[in-house]
Amino acid sequence: MAELGRAALIVTLGLSTYALVAGAVAARLGRRRLAQSAQNALVAAFCSTLVASAVLLGALLRNDFSFTYVARTTSEALPTAYTISAFWGGQEGSLLLWLLVLTGFGAAAVRLNRGWARDLIVWVVPVFAAVAVFFSFLVVAVASPFATQAAPPDGAGMTPSLQNPYMLAHPPLLYLGYVGLTVPFAFALGALLSGRTDERWLVATRRWTLFAWTALGVGQLLGAHWAYVEVGWGGYYAWDPVENAALMPWLAATAFLHSVMIQEKRGMLRVWNVLLVILAFSLSLFGTFLTRSGVVNSIHSFTQSSIGPWFLAFIGVVVAVSVGLVLWRLPLLRSPTKLESPISREAAFLYNNLLLLALCLAILWGVVYPLLSEAVRGEAVVLGREYYDFFLRVFGLPLLLLMGIGPLVAWRRASLASLLTTFRWSTGVALLTGATLLVLGAGSSVPGLVAYTFSAFVTATIVLEFARGTRARKALGATSWPGAFSSLIARNRRRYGGYVVHASIVLLAIGIAGSSAFDSVAEARLERGESMEIAGYRLVYRTLDERIAANATEIRATLAVERGGDDLGTLEAGKNAYTIEEQVSNEVGIRSDPLTGEDLFVIAEQIDPDGTVYFRVFVKPLVNLIWVAGIVFLLGSLITLWPDAREQRRLAERTREIGVPATR
Amino acid sequence: MTLALLLAALLAIGCVVAVALPFLREPDPESDDLAELDESERRRLDLLEARDRVLASLRELEFDHRTGAVSDEDYRALVGPLRRDAANALQALEREGSTTTAEAPKNEERPVGKRIS
Repeated sequence: MAELGRAALIVTLGLSTYALVAGAVAARLGRRRLAQSAQNALVAAFCSTLVASAVLLGALLRNDFSFTYVARTTSEALPTAYTISAFWGGQEGSLLLWLLVLTGFGAAAVRLNRGWARDLIVWVVPVFAAVAVFFSFLVVAVASPFATQAAPPDGAGMTPSLQNPYMLAHPPLLYLGYVGLTVPFAFALGALLSGRTDERWLVATRRWTLFAWTALGVGQLLGAHWAYVEVGWGGYYAWDPVENAALMPWLAATAFLHSVMIQEKRGMLRVWNVLLVILAFSLSLFGTFLTRSGVVNSIHSFTQSSIGPWFLAFIGVVVAVSVGLVLWRLPLLRSPTKLESPISREAAFLYNNLLLLALCLAILWGVVYPLLSEAVRGEAVVLGREYYDFFLRVFGLPLLLLMGIGPLVAWRRASLASLLTTFRWSTGVALLTGATLLVLGAGSSVPGLVAYTFSAFVTATIVLEFARGTRARKALGATSWPGAFSSLIARNRRRYGGYVVHASIVLLAIGIAGSSAFDSVAEARLERGESMEIAGYRLVYRTLDERIAANATEIRATLAVERGGDDLGTLEAGKNAYTIEEQVSNEVGIRSDPLTGEDLFVIAEQIDPDGTVYFRVFVKPLVNLIWVAGIVFLLGSLITLWPDAREQRRLAERTREIGVPATR
Repeated sequence: MTLALLLAALLAIGCVVAVALPFLREPDPESDDLAELDESERRRLDLLEARDRVLASLRELEFDHRTGAVSDEDYRALVGPLRRDAANALQALEREGSTTTAEAPKNEERPVGKRIS
């Protein structure tokens, strides 16, 4: 069946090329049937990519080792779920997934918006198609998932750290995020090409951007949890280049989601918004390049490959063409209004944008610095954790504070007296929290204390906003308090969904500050029966067992855990020895306290033949708030993403008023 | 091998048919022009966007004032210009509407073509 897969991808390449050329000609000459034909080609490209994907999935499930890709990424002993995850576990499969999602999103976005933004859509199709041509060319000519060989008796297996349930969701979500950012990019370029720089491209892509941003955010948190429970070094985020590669487009998209509100409300920042979309998409390409080229030394770069130069060339073309188009259309992008005051909501959103972008660029510099230093000096100089932590504090803490200030400042301008009134309660809560924490000893970490104080400020503003809004809804005629609350959210999902997302960022900040600024660590080499103590816990090393699992030998040390004389049960930590892959992984022991959000985290660093174990133990206060933040973030995103019937009606009305049928 | 190639051929034929469908359905259409917004429609769209933007701002200001997020002093300073902007937007739309009506006979001669749906 490899022939079918190869043929399907060649068909995709042909269809994408046709959609690019025919779409561009149709848009330029104003040919209706040719434009429809190009749109059909994009949909057909999705279908043929789906066929190719089905062929690869079938080969994986059959353990057909005549497919080089299947033999390299799986083995007979690999559980079925991980065999499926091998689809995106290797370079060729993940590029195919990129193409599948890209053509699917392209076809869906075009069909959903063609009724009310058709003059824009005819230019969007060739942009989508151009990106699809690149990726289909890669999987046809450079990194085919359908290369065949004489089938070996068994496959090489999967990297042990990838044999984790999180790998079923983390990479696909990141890909949904990366590829999802193609939609706003294609519409932005379509708007520039067509000269239709009105609000429609923003409306058409708002939910796509939110979806991509949500997928990237949740995907990163799942990846952080995977690193925490599986990689076994005691943390959840290492500023690894590939982790940063997902964070950067997320930061750029976050900036866009805020600044787009300024364009919608005030008609400002049109150039800025287009540039942010271009940046977010280029960074998503850069992220895929980092993950898959093997150019950086990372736990995520499982392959060294030849796709790097192709990606760099494509990123260069994307940036050059996009910036050229922006320069060409500058006269159309001039804003009809100007910033009236530095104390206004749009100004606060602008400060937020500058900080997000500064953080994003600082991270980008940290990622590319080793590559540049190697190119210039012949030696890769890696910027360590201190570099990133410094910029996280410098830009992240003011961002946290602005999250509480921005939404409560009036549009256009606000007086200082009004600000003092608006923020008096929040400021009081924040100062009280900071003082209390200082008395309780949290002053050992100034950034941690500041993060907690700012978090209290933001929390207070969010609670006050919900309380005041609900009261106003009740006064406006809601029959009950729950009714007023739900009506408040339903009438402005973006605003109040946004507050829920802000609440998740507060939880994240508290979790990060607690687990990094106030954590404890202890190390000890223990023989059976010996014990160690850390942050009020006492751990007694009891037994060491060895057991055979489906694809690995598991060695586990059992520790009895006590605190304040109370027996808290036992904890297992050890290692897995993977026979086929010939690799060993750390399997950490974690005991979570649901009341305090604290984790006791045990690594069996070294296990000696005589049964002595070298343990490294962490106590991480509040770390579980990071994972709770993920759930709250998803909830807030869903509220914001939920279709708004009144907005749909308003758009339908608007299109009807200019005599265009609204079929959306 | 044969089955794979047969399936590949079927896939290719299906895709070609899908791509050719607009031409197969309408081999000889009355018009093949894309129906794009003309200059007056685009101007009207800009005005409608401006109107909706200012009306949404007014609604938000009213609600923020009601919740107490915007003080009385700020409300008084902001509501006047916003109401003026709203009135200007509505007047501009009316003017544009009357201009469009006056231009209507000229527009009727414009080849509209079938809209993509």
